Amino acid sequence: MSLSDGLIVSGLRSIGAVSIFLGRTLAQIPGSLLRPRLIVHQIYNAGARSLIIIMLCGLFVGMVLGLQGFDLLQRFGSEDALGVAAALGLLKELGPVVGALLFAGRAGTALTSEIGLMKATDQLTAMRMMAVDPMRFVVAPRFLGGLIALPLLVAVFNVVGLFGAQLIGVQLMGVDPGAFWSQMQGAVELDDVTEGVVKSIVFGAACSLIAVYQGYHAAPTAEGVGLATTRTVVNSSVLTLLLDYILTARFL
Amino acid sequence: MRPNRALEIGTGLFVLLGFAALFFLSTQLPGSGLKLGKPEGFLVTAAFDNVGDLKTGSPVSMAGVNIGRVEAVTVDPVAYKAVVTLRIQPQFSSIPEDSDASIQTAGLLGGKYVGIGPGGSDVYLKEGSTIEFTQSAIVLENLINKFFASFASRGGGNNGSGADEPAPQD
Amino acid sequence: MGAGSRDAEVVVDVHDVDYVVGRRAIFNGLGIQARRGRITAIMGPSGTGKTTLLRLITGQIEPSRGTVQVFGRTLAGLPQRELFGLRRRMGMLFQNGALLTDISVFENVAFPLREHSGLPEPLIRQLVLTKLHAVGLRGAAQLMPAELSGGMARRVALARAIVMDPELLIYDEPFVGLDPISMGVILRLIKQMNESLGITSIVVSHDVEELSRVAHDSYLLSEGKVVASGTPEELRASNLEVVRQFMEGIADGPVPFHYPAPDYFGQLLGDSVAGGSR
Repeated sequence: MSLSDGLIVSGLRSIGAVSIFLGRTLAQIPGSLLRPRLIVHQIYNAGARSLIIIMLCGLFVGMVLGLQGFDLLQRFGSEDALGVAAALGLLKELGPVVGALLFAGRAGTALTSEIGLMKATDQLTAMRMMAVDPMRFVVAPRFLGGLIALPLLVAVFNVVGLFGAQLIGVQLMGVDPGAFWSQMQGAVELDDVTEGVVKSIVFGAACSLIAVYQGYHAAPTAEGVGLATTRTVVNSSVLTLLLDYILTARFL
Repeated sequence: MRPNRALEIGTGLFVLLGFAALFFLSTQLPGSGLKLGKPEGFLVTAAFDNVGDLKTGSPVSMAGVNIGRVEAVTVDPVAYKAVVTLRIQPQFSSIPEDSDASIQTAGLLGGKYVGIGPGGSDVYLKEGSTIEFTQSAIVLENLINKFFASFASRGGGNNGSGADEPAPQD
Repeated sequence: MGAGSRDAEVVVDVHDVDYVVGRRAIFNGLGIQARRGRITAIMGPSGTGKTTLLRLITGQIEPSRGTVQVFGRTLAGLPQRELFGLRRRMGMLFQNGALLTDISVFENVAFPLREHSGLPEPLIRQLVLTKLHAVGLRGAAQLMPAELSGGMARRVALARAIVMDPELLIYDEPFVGLDPISMGVILRLIKQMNESLGITSIVVSHDVEELSRVAHDSYLLSEGKVVASGTPEELRASNLEVVRQFMEGIADGPVPFHYPAPDYFGQLLGDSVAGGSR
C-alpha cells in the first residue's frame, strides 16, 4: 500500500479503474434500457442542448474552411476543388474532432457536475439505501445518452459546416456552384463518411465515459466537483486526439 | 410531469435532425453514396491486361458523358486478366456490341475512369454482354521506363564516332 | 402500539467493532444495541465518527474487527442482492434530505415504490399522498426540491423513508440547522413514527436537549468507544467527566479547549512560530 504511486503505476491504475468502470457501466445498460424515459432525458441533456453551440461552431468552422481552402487552392489554380477540400476536411477530421471537443466542454462538464453534485448531496447514497443501483439509474443512462448524441451532433456539424464553406466559397469568393458540388461528389467516397461516423461513435463513447467516471469519483465537495469537471475537459480532449490518430492511421 | 412533454418533443426533433444530416451526408455527398432501393441499369463485363488503380464506383463515360459506374473489379487467374463489371444506366440501351472500353485518366492527377468508344454493330449491349475490345490503363511508370529505354538506345548509338546516324524518325 | 420494552429483541447489534483507516483507529471495541420498537440515541462530539457508524450499520463499509448484525444477519460479506434486501427494510434520513433534485416531491416519495413494489399507479398515488399527509406536506406534492426550505425537505425525506413501511429508521443529524419550530416538528414526527408505527429508530445527533426528550436508550461516544450508555436520565446523572462535559456543554474538560500547541510564553518570546526556547 504505497501512499505515492510513481507516474507509471498511477497511470496504470487510472486505466484499470476506468476500464473496470466501463465494464460496470456496460453491464448496467440492459437494465437501464428498461427505463427508456431516462435515456431520452439524457439524449436531450447531452444532445439537444448542445445543438446551438454545435451549429454555431460548425458554421464558423465551415466558413473558415471556405476562406482558407479557397486561398490555398487558388495558389494552384484549383479553386473548383473547394467543395472537395471542405467536405473531406469536415467529414474525416474536423467534424468528429471539433465536435467531440465541443461536446466535452458543454455536455461532458454538465454530466460530470450533475453526477458529482448528486454524490456531494448524498443522493447517490440515498439511492443505494433505497436499494437502487446508481450505476443503473444515473450513470448508464447518461453514458448512453452521450454515446447516441455525439454522432448525431457531428452529422449536423458537418452539414452546417458545408453550408458555411459554400457560403464563403460560392457566395463570397465566386467559386462555381456546379463545380463545388460535382467535384465534391466525384471525390468523396462512402468510406470517408463511414470514417467520420465511426470516429464520432468512438469519441462519443470516450468522452461520455470520462465525464461520468469523473463525476462518479469526484470528491463530495464543491471543490471536488469543480476539479472533476476540469479533469473531464482535459482528459476528454487528450483522449479524443489520441484516438483520432489511431483511427486515422487505421483508416488510411 | 411538467418538463417531460416538451423534453420528449425536443429530443425527438434533435434525433430526427441528426439522422437527416447523416442521411444527407451518406447519400448526397459521395460519388457512390448509399443508394436506397434496387440499383438501376444493366451489367456488362470487360477484361483488361491492366486496370491501373481503377476503383469500384469510378465513372463510365462515353464521349465525355457519364453513362454508368464500375460495379466490381476482380481478377481472372486463368486468363491473367482483370475483369471489370460495369453498370450502365438503363437509358443507354443502344451502345453497339463492338464498342471498345479503355481505361483513362481524368486530368493530370485525376482518378481512372472507363471510356467507351462506339463501334458500328446493330446489336446492342445488354445485361450480361461482354465488351471484346479493351485497352488497358497507361501506367505512368511503364511510360517513363519506355521513354528512358528509347533514350538510352539513342544515346548509346551516338557514343564514340559521333552523330553520323540520323535520329530515328518516330 | 407504544414503545418496545427494555429487553426487546436487538435489531441492530454492533459488537466489539474496530474500524481502522490508515493508521487511525476510528472505533475501538465499539458496542451498541438498538432494540425493537425503541428510539436509540447516539451522541458524541463532532468528529467521533458518527457518520462512519451509520455507514457500518447500513453495510456501506465493513469493520476491521468485530461484527455488525442487522435483523439478525451479519452484514460483512453479504452478497449485494441480500444486502439490498435488508436495506429495503430500513429507511434512512440524511442530514440534508438528499432528495433527487430533478424530480418533484411526489416523485421523490414515490421513487422506492416505483422501483421495488410493482404496485399499480393508483395505489402508489394513495400511498404517497398518505405518507406526505403524515408529515404534513401533502399540499406540497407538486413542488420541486429546490423550492423547499430545509425543514420541509427533511420532512419529505422522512416521508420517502417510511413509504415502504420499514422496520428500522435511521436519522442522521435530523436537527441540524433547523429553527425551533421545525425542530419541534421533526421531534414530533420521530416520536410518532416510533409510537404509532412501532418503528425501531436510531437517531444520531449531538443535540442533547432535543434528543433527551424522545430517546429511550442513549449512547455517548468519545474517542472511538462508548463512554456512557443508558437512559437520558442516567446519562445526565453520571459522574464521569466526559459525560458531564458533553451533557452540559462545558467548554473545557476531557475534550480540551486548546488544540495541541507548544508552550505559550515560549512561543510568544521565541523567534519562530514553532516555538522558542523552553
